Amino acid sequence: MELIDQHTKSIMEGCKERARDAGLRFSDETLEYIVTNRDMLELHPKVMIPTLYDYWVHDVELLKGKGKYELYPHNPYETVINTRPPISFYNDNNPDWLNVMIFYHVLAHIDFFQNNLYFRHTWEYDLTGKALADKRLIARLRSEHGRWVDYVIEFARSIDNLVGYFDGLSHLFRHDRPPFPRRIDYYFDVFLQEVKGVKTAEYVKEIERYNRCTREYGELCEESFFADVVAKHPEFEAFYLKGTREKKEERLDILQFLMEHSEFLNQDENRWMKSVLEVIRSTSVYFQPQIRTKIMNEGWASYWHETLFLTDDRIKGHEVEFARVHSGVTSLHRVGLNPYAIGMRLFQQIEEAADQGKLSLEYQRLADSHARKEFDRKTGTGRDFIFAVRENLCDFTFINTYVDQDFVNRHKLFVVGKRLNKERTAWQYYVKSRKAGEYRAMLQDSLYHPPRIEVDRAKGSGKTLYLNHSFEGKPLVTEFIANTMLGIEFLWGGPVKLETSEVGAAPPQESGAPRREEEARKINWRRFVYTMENRTLTKTLLGAD
Amino acid sequence: MKNEDSNNSKLWDISSLASEPQGSYTTRLRSLDELMERDRLREEDGFPRKIRIGKLIKPGKGGQEKFVVVPTTVEEKFMHDSAPTPPEEEEPMGGTGDEAEGDILGEQPVRPEQGSGSGTAGHGGGEGHELESSAYDLGRILTDRFNLPNLKEKGKKSSLSHYTYDLTDRNRGFGQILEKKQTLRRVIETNIALGNITDVTDIDTTKLLIDPRDRIFRILSRELEYESQALVFFVRDYSGSMDGKASELVCSQHVLIYSWLLYQFARQVETRFVLHDSDAREVPDFYTYYNLRVAGGTRVAAAYKLVNDLVEQESLAKDYNIYVFHGTDGDDWDTNGEETIPELRRMLTYANRVGITIAEHNAYGPRGATEVERYLKGSGLLDEKPELLRMDVMGEDAEETRIIEGIKKLIS
Repeated sequence: MELIDQHTKSIMEGCKERARDAGLRFSDETLEYIVTNRDMLELHPKVMIPTLYDYWVHDVELLKGKGKYELYPHNPYETVINTRPPISFYNDNNPDWLNVMIFYHVLAHIDFFQNNLYFRHTWEYDLTGKALADKRLIARLRSEHGRWVDYVIEFARSIDNLVGYFDGLSHLFRHDRPPFPRRIDYYFDVFLQEVKGVKTAEYVKEIERYNRCTREYGELCEESFFADVVAKHPEFEAFYLKGTREKKEERLDILQFLMEHSEFLNQDENRWMKSVLEVIRSTSVYFQPQIRTKIMNEGWASYWHETLFLTDDRIKGHEVEFARVHSGVTSLHRVGLNPYAIGMRLFQQIEEAADQGKLSLEYQRLADSHARKEFDRKTGTGRDFIFAVRENLCDFTFINTYVDQDFVNRHKLFVVGKRLNKERTAWQYYVKSRKAGEYRAMLQDSLYHPPRIEVDRAKGSGKTLYLNHSFEGKPLVTEFIANTMLGIEFLWGGPVKLETSEVGAAPPQESGAPRREEEARKINWRRFVYTMENRTLTKTLLGAD
Repeated sequence: MKNEDSNNSKLWDISSLASEPQGSYTTRLRSLDELMERDRLREEDGFPRKIRIGKLIKPGKGGQEKFVVVPTTVEEKFMHDSAPTPPEEEEPMGGTGDEAEGDILGEQPVRPEQGSGSGTAGHGGGEGHELESSAYDLGRILTDRFNLPNLKEKGKKSSLSHYTYDLTDRNRGFGQILEKKQTLRRVIETNIALGNITDVTDIDTTKLLIDPRDRIFRILSRELEYESQALVFFVRDYSGSMDGKASELVCSQHVLIYSWLLYQFARQVETRFVLHDSDAREVPDFYTYYNLRVAGGTRVAAAYKLVNDLVEQESLAKDYNIYVFHGTDGDDWDTNGEETIPELRRMLTYANRVGITIAEHNAYGPRGATEVERYLKGSGLLDEKPELLRMDVMGEDAEETRIIEGIKKLIS
């Protein structure tokens, strides 16, 4: 592993100037290393962070990666890591024109890391430095506690996909002062509706009274308004105080909850485990945005390497070679998803639509297809618009907002179904749908989405930890439940319950008789509770969902 | 942008991180053996084992498939499974093209004559040699870590075609290594003949003449090697009912057995592959053996007869330790083994070991009810010749540890 040479670095600096002129924003310093394919293999299990803590699963992954490489040698163009300064890795022997393309791609990634709001919590520190400190900590603990450190890492990692990433992120954006006085919020949102259960008419009347109050008394409105409230509901103050106290209790993810409330972890001899949990948790939180912005990030980088490469004066004469490499990366697959392709085309379409003023109510309300086609307000705001998109969205919102019928039609996209043809004893791939809604749903289904599992303090009695899985139409992977719960039991130091939904058995009278197709397809969800106690797993039916 | 001020000082940090620690990452990497040892300790500590030995296969035709043995593990977490789909549909994916809704894009036979195996298929060629080196390692690990038995040698048989090269011949004048003692002897003899040595107790070596032809060299020459070697017949039922898990299980077990034998015989193992449904056929390579599926019925006797005929016609028993491993789901048209048992008896006259694996379908009836199991037990051969014939019955969804247990049963 070595830094790129001065000649190549000067190409990079040239790319930075041009990228900045086009509007990309990133830190001045960047580090670029030349690595061998072997280095890449070795870095891969450590999410490309050379200083990440050692763990045997990384070794297993590495041995597997090397085996794969032996069978199918491959050669990624680049890898960028989101650090301060950003580090990128390249293979040796790229011609200069290819480096120009790759550098633009990398700079767009860096711009994305440093400006997309889902990375907000990663903007200010250097992960490689923190990772090194973590690695040393874990090495030291290993010298004291041996392989038990690895068990703790394993058990913590088994729930590190459930970290409260969004909760943490929301703290960063929270205003010091809420926009409305919280007393008002409590009165209208909780007290009237939940405590008093007033009728809608009365609720509206109260809102009117409040508005009138604001008009008449301005700043003094609240005082006057609540004077009347207290007169009418003397218990209000007490409820409000109780309600805000409850509110203050933070939502902790499972790892945080264990660190704070596990008696086992808080025993003197086990306290070291908490620092391992903290390392695992913070590392996981750091990487959460990456996985949630894959389509956007790759699309953004592809968009920019195309845009900037083609206007770069230094690459004259290499357009055809570029086209070949570029299309290899960004072509739409006949069957299958290519995040680079979908993301890049979406950005291009959004820019074009914004340039024509199509991202407006006026356009949306047009029903005439000819008028829609001819619509062009020539606003020229496209470039600004996509910069805002890259700043504010993640894959889910990106797809949800911009994959529309125009996009699906334009690129001839469709959902591919796979069904069994019994006569021909063959699986058939067919065009299942060209509707934007279904295409969007298929894309969304392919996105990373960990289950929502939270500690339910009300249901956990005594020493039992009760986890509640909010069901979203998909069951958990059953084979993984036992070992995951085994780990949580260890960290909690007592029995653990998990409430979740699974497919229940069909009612007995139906099983033998031939059923109509729609009946056969109806899924019978049931709520089950798994209990892990003394390393033994049991499962009981809770009741119909 | 915000951190520009601190970048200069961090720059130094980063580059030092990159080169730290001394030596490459690989040197600190735990070897497969260490990982397996760690995994064994897990069991002592009361946690289930996590590492499995897996194989990556890159199939190629004509025996060119490439294997790599790798450890695998799964980090279990609470994760969403895919939503249940009707049994005749699979999850949708994306695509692009001009077809209308409902148009067929392509077809894939459910039971391909030559198909894609278990998702490990790929394209391109490779060298057969690499299969051996990895499979040998796998055999070593299996033997060491899973306490598989070491083979008792039946006796060395001469190999007719295997030679090694060794410095065994001697030659005067040229060669690879100077034989100092022999050369000195020749020099002395020559000088005695020339009269340069008068008193053998007092030789002045500076006076000696050295004839170039006195120099004796060792020379590399071809040597016949005597060593034991094995021939393994892998026999697999590929009838319709074997589709899916049963086939995967049998193939996995056969790869592991092959690896174990490769280690035991120090790579002196040859393999023959026989597939059968109601008829038997020999196929040229593991690729075909692994991937071929058909929908026919089952007749075990056909396969045993083919093996017996091959051994007889090619006089294989003379030169090899012969092993036969047969994997089936236990179905047989020959319900009482009337055809099969005589062929099996004939096989036991020459084979070192016949191991039969029955991967029972979970869906069909109670355990122990398959035809093959019944007639094998009925024949009494299992008790009569336990050193030659072994049977192992497991469910078609057996885990790797169970497969290895099964190998122990078949070969111990």
